[in-house]
Amino acid sequence: MSSTTVANMDSSSKVRVATVWLSGCAGCHMSFLDQDEKIVDLAKQIQVVYSPLVDVKEFPENVDVTLIEGSVANDEQLEVLKDARTKSRVLISLGDCAVTGNVTALRNSWENSDKEVLERAYKSPEDLQAAIPNMVPKLLIKTKPLHEIVKVDFYIPGCPPSADLINYVLTELLAGKTPNMEGKAKYG
Amino acid sequence: MSEKSMITLKIDGIQVSVSEGTTILKAAKDNGILIPTLCDLEGLTPYGGCRLCLVEVTGSPKLFPACATPANLGMEVTTNSERLKNYRKMTIQMLMAERVHMCAVCVANDHCELQALANQLGVNHVEFERNFTREPIDSSHDFLVIDRNRCILCTRCVRVCDKIEGVHTLDLKKRSKDTEVIMDLDESWGNSCSCTGCRKCAKVCPVGAIYIEGESITQTKHRDVAEFITARRNSK
Amino acid sequence: MNLSDIQKIAEEENEFQRAYKYRINVCCSSGCVPFGSFKVLKAFEDAVKELGVENICKVARTGCVGTGSNGRARFSEPGEYLYQCVTPENVREIVQSHIVSGVPVKKYLYNNSSYFRKQQRLVLRNAGKIDPTRVQDYISVGGYFALAKCLSTMTPQGVIQEIMSSGLRGRGGAGFPVGQKWSLVARVHNTPKYIVANLDEGDPGVFANRTLAEADPHAIIEGMIIASYAIDAQKGYIYIRSEYPLAIEALQKAIAQAKSMNLLGDNILGTQHKFDLELRFGAGAFVAGEETAILVSVEGRRAQPRPRPPYPANQGLWGSPTLIQNVESLANVPLIILNGGAWFKGFGLPNCTGTKCFSLTGEIINPGLIEVPMGISLREIVYDIGGGIPNGKKFKAVLVGGPSGGCLPESGLDAQIDYDSLKNVGAIMGSGGIVVLNEDSCMVDTARYFTDFCIEESCGKCTPCRAGLARIKEIFDKIAVGKGELNDVDILEKASEYIINASLCGLGQTAPNPILTTLRYFREEYMEHIVDKKCRAGICFKKQQDDEKEEL
Repeated sequence: MSSTTVANMDSSSKVRVATVWLSGCAGCHMSFLDQDEKIVDLAKQIQVVYSPLVDVKEFPENVDVTLIEGSVANDEQLEVLKDARTKSRVLISLGDCAVTGNVTALRNSWENSDKEVLERAYKSPEDLQAAIPNMVPKLLIKTKPLHEIVKVDFYIPGCPPSADLINYVLTELLAGKTPNMEGKAKYG
Repeated sequence: MSEKSMITLKIDGIQVSVSEGTTILKAAKDNGILIPTLCDLEGLTPYGGCRLCLVEVTGSPKLFPACATPANLGMEVTTNSERLKNYRKMTIQMLMAERVHMCAVCVANDHCELQALANQLGVNHVEFERNFTREPIDSSHDFLVIDRNRCILCTRCVRVCDKIEGVHTLDLKKRSKDTEVIMDLDESWGNSCSCTGCRKCAKVCPVGAIYIEGESITQTKHRDVAEFITARRNSK
Repeated sequence: MNLSDIQKIAEEENEFQRAYKYRINVCCSSGCVPFGSFKVLKAFEDAVKELGVENICKVARTGCVGTGSNGRARFSEPGEYLYQCVTPENVREIVQSHIVSGVPVKKYLYNNSSYFRKQQRLVLRNAGKIDPTRVQDYISVGGYFALAKCLSTMTPQGVIQEIMSSGLRGRGGAGFPVGQKWSLVARVHNTPKYIVANLDEGDPGVFANRTLAEADPHAIIEGMIIASYAIDAQKGYIYIRSEYPLAIEALQKAIAQAKSMNLLGDNILGTQHKFDLELRFGAGAFVAGEETAILVSVEGRRAQPRPRPPYPANQGLWGSPTLIQNVESLANVPLIILNGGAWFKGFGLPNCTGTKCFSLTGEIINPGLIEVPMGISLREIVYDIGGGIPNGKKFKAVLVGGPSGGCLPESGLDAQIDYDSLKNVGAIMGSGGIVVLNEDSCMVDTARYFTDFCIEESCGKCTPCRAGLARIKEIFDKIAVGKGELNDVDILEKASEYIINASLCGLGQTAPNPILTTLRYFREEYMEHIVDKKCRAGICFKKQQDDEKEEL
């Protein structure tokens, strides 16, 4: 864990938390919401300033903790990730896609997968008119986990990570401690 | 076993007594100290390849694979120093980065020894760039399937096939990172004339590289069966 | 056949050779054969006949005389003249002038006295002087006398004592005392016992053992028979790369000759001792030179090392006690037996006796196979023997010990050649390869090249060597195309340290040496690659451009 801890900040205001959804299935966000009554305690300490769950379009400045779900598969996500990194004090990879690439990275085994995946998705032999819409962002040659692109402060593997684990990491961080992941996190 | 003389040694500061010829790994296990390993399986010939079970022996600068080093009288063994922990984490990372190890889409999810060790040792990410290999998958056999992209080359399958089933269908070809488990003289599994279909390879596979089509992974990885096989081998 | 018979052969042979005033030795080693040595040999034979000097001049083929120039021929008696660049065309001119008129032809003479002055040739005592295809030649220079001495006057224990007192250490790289190794095997009473001679020299740019086998195969065989007597082994194998056809041929001939003269087989030299010898061919795996991998390869299985203990001295070939020895160590044995361990101690250093053969290659004026006493400095090897760097270029680094050796800078040149000193500066004795690099080479690229070699040659058994080296290569690839990051250097160091300590065999344990030594001595070059995206030798990023072109 880096020197950036969450606890030593002004206790009068709530900790500003953002969540980002890149190439993933939203399962990690579901797990985040699945904290049951513990989320109520958490909500007393944090304020979600940016998330697919709230209606904010721009990633705000001065975010304390950013949880990112999903891997980086296209150039738009690359920008989002870099932007989030510069504006966040602590960046957490949430879930297997963000930590390992997981399902989204399986295409990496194939050459030219950046082109073929889109063709497979949008074109079909039956429909000769089908074309790749031009608003679809360009895929990167390889899908990458977050830490291969930016510095990541903490990792919560799991597909999805259990709600308890997410809660444990956040509460530890909020208490100014470094979570001990030995025997807790679980890939897959 | 009783004819063999007993020797005493210290493992992590605990005085233990085992019969002569016991490996450090077994001596530790019998006394409640679990040393992680992926290539070793009781009953199979020691291999010493995965390097997870490395231990320190007082008085030697070298590290010893616990699975292949016999316990000696008066030995002082350390199984869990910071250095060893770091090396183990590194080994797990090396294995996970080497081929495609994506637990969520693996048949052995939750029944995988590599996954369990990564979790247990707290390897929550891999520092190195992961490799996405395209090793051949062979599903030509009636029910046995090998996905070499998940193989960690522990050769448990090769050894169980050779030493316990006694047919030596499986072996390795090529070397270095291209090493591959093959059947007979690089036949497809379906065409292998020596394979008896005994399923032992799938049972001992620590990961999801060899599995049985149409059988639940819980049943395949049911350790009792594997232990039974290997115990029989030991008591021959 | 016994000692007196051997003496008789030696006398006869010497008598026969004295009849000739001149002897022309034509080098027919792997280095010269591609330049047409056999044609030169034939041309000499023809020229000598045509010019009518065949009864005063003997023409013989020999092994390597040791220099790196092509077309070598050595004229001996009277005096020693070494010719180079001899071709079938100028043979007649040389014979006419040198033999008939008695005037050496200056323009073809190898004029470099310093190359040989600092060398001491023990192992290569006969290289370039005797005909390796004739056992009589070997006997005439004292060959098989040591064996006869052992069998007739010494006990096996006495032989081991003599070797122990010589302080000879294994020349295969690790430097384990030879006498001690022998006594370990001798102490085990299980039979059968085996001897394996290691001639699996797989390093790029290393040719010492190959040249030895081509030039003096009987010395290896004699050493093995003496060892077999000392440890009571009945069967021996010489494990040789199948890429060494000339050496294989020389050894096969030598074994056949030794068998026909009762030097191998049952009742050797009329005694009870029994020893048989066979060649085993390697399929070109570097790792098969590793002590335990060579055993499984001789058994006919996949060459993969296994953990020790059990040591080969207790459980080697087919579970029997086995002595594994490098051929260079074995070739020293007859000398030690003949002259005594105390005599041998006169060479080299007190704690590291004798000599060592090195293959001196790279950017150097006089490349070749050299044999130097232990304790000589690298500077003497590079500048006095090697003659320095050609074309006025500056010295940059010297790689000692093959692909898993260390890259030493100018300041490392004062390191002396012995097992411990080399280790202290980060290099190893290894297989005896010395590669000299000039200012045109990029150290990052050099480290990358040798790492590549080790990756190719890793057997794939243990995780650190198989997967770890591959990860290191990825980092190098990144650096070489300008995508390196600062923490890559730390990762390289961390991963190297892990591979060295966690690997199963010597290959993995030494493979990161070039990386660690270049990081230690040439760190600024890594930084240039990573920060300034610049390669001062202009090698790395050029490659990237080429690759990009290919992609287009």
